[in-house]
Amino acid sequence: MANTEMADKDVLVDIFTRADLIMQSDIKFRQMIGAGQLQIVYYPVRGQEVVASAMMAAVNKEDYLVTIYRGLHDQLAKGIPSKELWAEFAGKMAGTCKGKGGPMHITHPETGVMVTTGIVGSGIPIANGLALASQLDKDGKVTVCCFGDGATNIGAFHEGLNMAQVWKLPVIFLCQNNLYSEHTPMAFATSSASIKQRGEGLGMRSVQVNGNDASAMYAAAKEAVEYARAGHGPTLIEAMTFRFHGHLLGDTGHYIPKAEMEQAKKDDPMPILRQQLLDLQVSEADIAEIEAKNAAIIEEASQFALDAPYPPGDEYRIDVLDVEIAA
Amino acid sequence: MTNTAEKPKEIMFAQACNMALAKAMADDPKVILLGEDIADEQGGGVFKVTLGLSEKFGTDRVRSTPISEQAIVGAAVGSAMVGYKPVAEIMLMNFITVAMDQIVNHAAKLRFMSGGQTTVPLTIRTTTGAGTGLGGQHSDMLEAWLAHVPGLKVVAASNPADAYGLLYSSIMDPNPVIFIENTPGYFVKGPAPAPDHTVPLGKASVPREGTDITLIGYGSSISRCHGAADNLAKDGISCEIVDLRTIAPFDEETVLKSVAKTKAAVVVHEAVRNFGVGAEISSRIHEELFSELKAPVGRVGSGYAPVPFSPTIEKAWMFNQDDVEREVHKILG
Repeated sequence: MANTEMADKDVLVDIFTRADLIMQSDIKFRQMIGAGQLQIVYYPVRGQEVVASAMMAAVNKEDYLVTIYRGLHDQLAKGIPSKELWAEFAGKMAGTCKGKGGPMHITHPETGVMVTTGIVGSGIPIANGLALASQLDKDGKVTVCCFGDGATNIGAFHEGLNMAQVWKLPVIFLCQNNLYSEHTPMAFATSSASIKQRGEGLGMRSVQVNGNDASAMYAAAKEAVEYARAGHGPTLIEAMTFRFHGHLLGDTGHYIPKAEMEQAKKDDPMPILRQQLLDLQVSEADIAEIEAKNAAIIEEASQFALDAPYPPGDEYRIDVLDVEIAA
Repeated sequence: MTNTAEKPKEIMFAQACNMALAKAMADDPKVILLGEDIADEQGGGVFKVTLGLSEKFGTDRVRSTPISEQAIVGAAVGSAMVGYKPVAEIMLMNFITVAMDQIVNHAAKLRFMSGGQTTVPLTIRTTTGAGTGLGGQHSDMLEAWLAHVPGLKVVAASNPADAYGLLYSSIMDPNPVIFIENTPGYFVKGPAPAPDHTVPLGKASVPREGTDITLIGYGSSISRCHGAADNLAKDGISCEIVDLRTIAPFDEETVLKSVAKTKAAVVVHEAVRNFGVGAEISSRIHEELFSELKAPVGRVGSGYAPVPFSPTIEKAWMFNQDDVEREVHKILG
């Protein structure tokens, strides 16, 4: 992994602001589900905040995002409004998708969140299509496609990356390698030592980076975005990271060796980034203000989600086709 | 497709598809084609349906792809979401199985799951059809699988003029459409459509009127229905034919109106009879017209087996005109 210099203070503050919103949102979701206020299947993102925040800090609102069911961090980092996101998680009419998508299918084209899929690896071919449109339109947009290490064992990954490289599409494949596909450690099910190697095997510009290091992740992201915007084609970024709460909420993580978990907690990207801000002379008061603002956003959004009305049952007949389906 | 100075009176099915693609591409710069070997340099498609189009519209818009059905349909899904009207060619219908995740989980569902924020106006052209010894995979009829998926439209034309009108409508439709072509039928000729000829989706046609029984079919079954109707007429039986043209959602109004008149019906398709499209149509007729029917609705389809290779077994397995006539006699007693 390449050593990189510390990113600018403003960039790190931006990344921290996004990452803290993600961390606090994740904590709040787990609390509310635990308290029975929300009945949903939840894929915790604690530990992967910095990867997403640094990536999205390197793109614009208009750029596209395709992500997966563990996507809360990607969606929030991309700038999706918290109120609509929370309302969708709660299945409410005021949600991004009128309650028809739910946590697994968050969509918000206004902030470029085009697809959230529950099918591992399936976003990759679709990201190519978005990027193909940008290439044909010459609109300068890039598409960020997020997936985990497990997705690199499914056919769509290989088909998708091959096509993206052959057509030099403006897409960034961000593999957030948290070392586990569901309960299976990477070494058990993945033949290559790294995901980067797989990208290289497909002839693609591929980098591996410590995704939990905000500066390194941002530098890798920025470089990939510039490469894509310049028309050179895709990049595969393998961002090393970890998830602290297992595959889905309730997962005890029994399959993760104790020492590995302890080390991961020592490497928790959030306190490290916070300390970096203090080292760069961002005051404790300024950081506390960011955290308080995020807390207020989440408080308002979660309350809004609880209070908002459910969609009427008849809503199932709308948006199947362009015309309403007869009752 | 060669251009002749004189306008042909009859064209082949494959030509009609080519003309519809050309018209759609000329009318709308957002129409793009994706598929294996579809550009002229690679031969203009394995059945030459796209021949000449890359020369006319460029390889940016007529793109030969890797042999990657998931990636082909995925690229169509993504580009459709942001303003394009992609037409993905899945060379043979059995290859659609490889892309089912993209078709079923994404193309069909994204409009709904996004609450209408994103739409997927793509068309997938694919060809299939038995009777020429293509064996167990390359001639499967899988329309029932697709018709069962909410959010997909499924279309099959029975003649060149309909193919022209229906393919154009499919491309311009705001929903994902599977357009099924018939491989042995590619070279069958029929009256040439006028350039502005259109056929709306969701509307069946009644190519033959009759009074005693309604034969309901689509695609390759329509020619068998006509043949059967000609023979049955000699026995004094008057058949009405309903060509569904759009399999899903099908035109219930036209079907029910016809059967309400004839009070008897047979649904005919090349696909395996069990759990086929005929079961749904037959069921809808029974639900609406049960007490008026002379006899239960009949079904004709191919046998419960993969498509056999050897001509003797394939012939025995495959639905044919005799089956239609036999079924009509059985129903009308």
